[in-house]
Amino acid sequence: MNPFTPSAPAPFASAPGPTVRAVHDEFHGDLLEVSMGPQHPSTHGVFRMVATLDGEQLVKLKPVFGYLHRNHEKIAENTTYLGSMPYTDRLDYLCSMSTNWAYALAVEKLAGQAVPERAQYLRIIMAELTRLVNHSCLVGFLFNDLGTSFTPLLYAFREREKIIDLFEALSGSRMMCNYQRFGGCRVDPTPEWLAAAQQLVDNFPRFLDEYERMLTGNEIMLARTQGVGRLDATHAINAGITGPVLRASGVDYDLRKVDAYGFYAQFDFRVPLGAHGDTYDRYMMRILEMRESVKILQQAFKRLPAGPIMDPKAKLRGFRPKAGEAYGRLEGPKGELGFFLISDGSPNPYRYRVRPPSLINLTLLEEMCLGHTIADAVVILGSIDIVLGEVDR
Amino acid sequence: METLEQIRARLLLAYPAAQITFVTNPGPAAEHSLLIEATHAVEIARWLRDDTALRLDYCSNATGVDWPDKTITDVTTTTEPDPAGGPAKTVETKTARLQPGYLEAIYHLYSIALKQGPVVIRLRTANRTDAVTLPSLTPIWRSCDFQEREIFDLYGIIFTGHPDLRRLLMWDEFKDHPMRKDYVEPDDYEWEPTAHGAVLERAKPHQSAAAAPAPKTGGTP
Repeated sequence: MNPFTPSAPAPFASAPGPTVRAVHDEFHGDLLEVSMGPQHPSTHGVFRMVATLDGEQLVKLKPVFGYLHRNHEKIAENTTYLGSMPYTDRLDYLCSMSTNWAYALAVEKLAGQAVPERAQYLRIIMAELTRLVNHSCLVGFLFNDLGTSFTPLLYAFREREKIIDLFEALSGSRMMCNYQRFGGCRVDPTPEWLAAAQQLVDNFPRFLDEYERMLTGNEIMLARTQGVGRLDATHAINAGITGPVLRASGVDYDLRKVDAYGFYAQFDFRVPLGAHGDTYDRYMMRILEMRESVKILQQAFKRLPAGPIMDPKAKLRGFRPKAGEAYGRLEGPKGELGFFLISDGSPNPYRYRVRPPSLINLTLLEEMCLGHTIADAVVILGSIDIVLGEVDR
Repeated sequence: METLEQIRARLLLAYPAAQITFVTNPGPAAEHSLLIEATHAVEIARWLRDDTALRLDYCSNATGVDWPDKTITDVTTTTEPDPAGGPAKTVETKTARLQPGYLEAIYHLYSIALKQGPVVIRLRTANRTDAVTLPSLTPIWRSCDFQEREIFDLYGIIFTGHPDLRRLLMWDEFKDHPMRKDYVEPDDYEWEPTAHGAVLERAKPHQSAAAAPAPKTGGTP
């Protein structure tokens, strides 16, 4: 039964990939139900898929959530606005800098708070460094899911480690940075820090070249990813898929260009787009986005202005925004990360909602995986890029 | 993009029977919203998605909000002339009235095709206890699938027309809706929905009463 109206784009009329059953027509036996996860290394945390298999092919796949659920939103509603800033680090623990920014962006919109120019540049620097961290982790883990057993992952982690060392030098913590504040940033980087960061960024394309030389044209990689997990643009938009997964399907929608939040309007960069929407395109999207991030970072280091990093009118203590509501969103490394806040004038948010890109990007996981083998489902899941801290909240 | 008043005027032309209320957002963000009556919500959502000038093809965020019952105290001031002929007295009478609560679902809509938005729409249930159904917008925007399941799970709004309305984050046997404002936390967070209690119950007939440790009686020092 199709629950979708005819005018809405229906779920895939025919499952992508080879037709289920036709291959096994004379031999088909019972379907086998396999519970993958929650404790399975390829599910990137405590994600669980209940897969129904015909031989090795998937005929049904139901994601099961909630193993890392701690009701983040309720906890945030019971604390002050600033009190949940460190807690947003734990949402997407690979990208705490951009998660902080998304929350700060929403609160600043709610309270009408301005941000000084230097802080805007620092935010862009941190967000793009985070994108490098996230995407290099992702491509490393993707190869792990393909079965290369750690070597490409360690190459990627070597670079990631340099960036999170910088984060530690700046904010005191490698992954839980807690760096943004409403109306600016917490600490100003020293000139030495900036020099070290610039050197890292200048060297980063060499890592990408090395990585691509080893892996992008790899025959096994091509065979396992091209044409696997196809996602077409209409369905992706309707299902709210965002970020590199959406752009791999050829939809030009990058919030850095569309909303031009922060100072992104002043930066010169391109938005890479895929053509096929398969796993290979999603991999290439990450590589190309890292190259664009390097371009943004180089411009930001060149133009970083002097000045204060906090707006003088910003209030840290006794922060009570006027009654109202605001939805702030930005282009996180995984997709559109949004915070929706309702204020009733008290020090705590009346409603605090996280729009998690990782969760919503999984909406079409079943349609992408149907007809493929279970080994491909692992790779498709890896190419969507989820973090369970954000999925389950 | 058109303003929200213009969208509302066009919607009222298309659906004259529908009740569409403009909800003002008093904050600096000034993202106002449209409160849509539940009976016409699906048609209106489809119209918003398919209208050529709007093309809101992308539902970014769907979320629930709980608004519990509120007691509002109305103060009426009346002046009573003093029977003794002195200056008139002002008397304040306070009357408490109950404003019934409701659950609310909020949708943030954007257009990827035309790169515009947001348009915020809200649906409200009749109350918080027995009339908590709202039409599901998942047939219009598939992205509401998990998000409406989450609202059902954490707030208890029942979405009619949702293809697969189950709890998303809490386990299936869980009874309450934890994001509601009047939710009472359990005394014991360690409790897990295992068959532990049932197993102990079944084991009881096999245990002799003598073997069981005597219940402690406090008192003697």
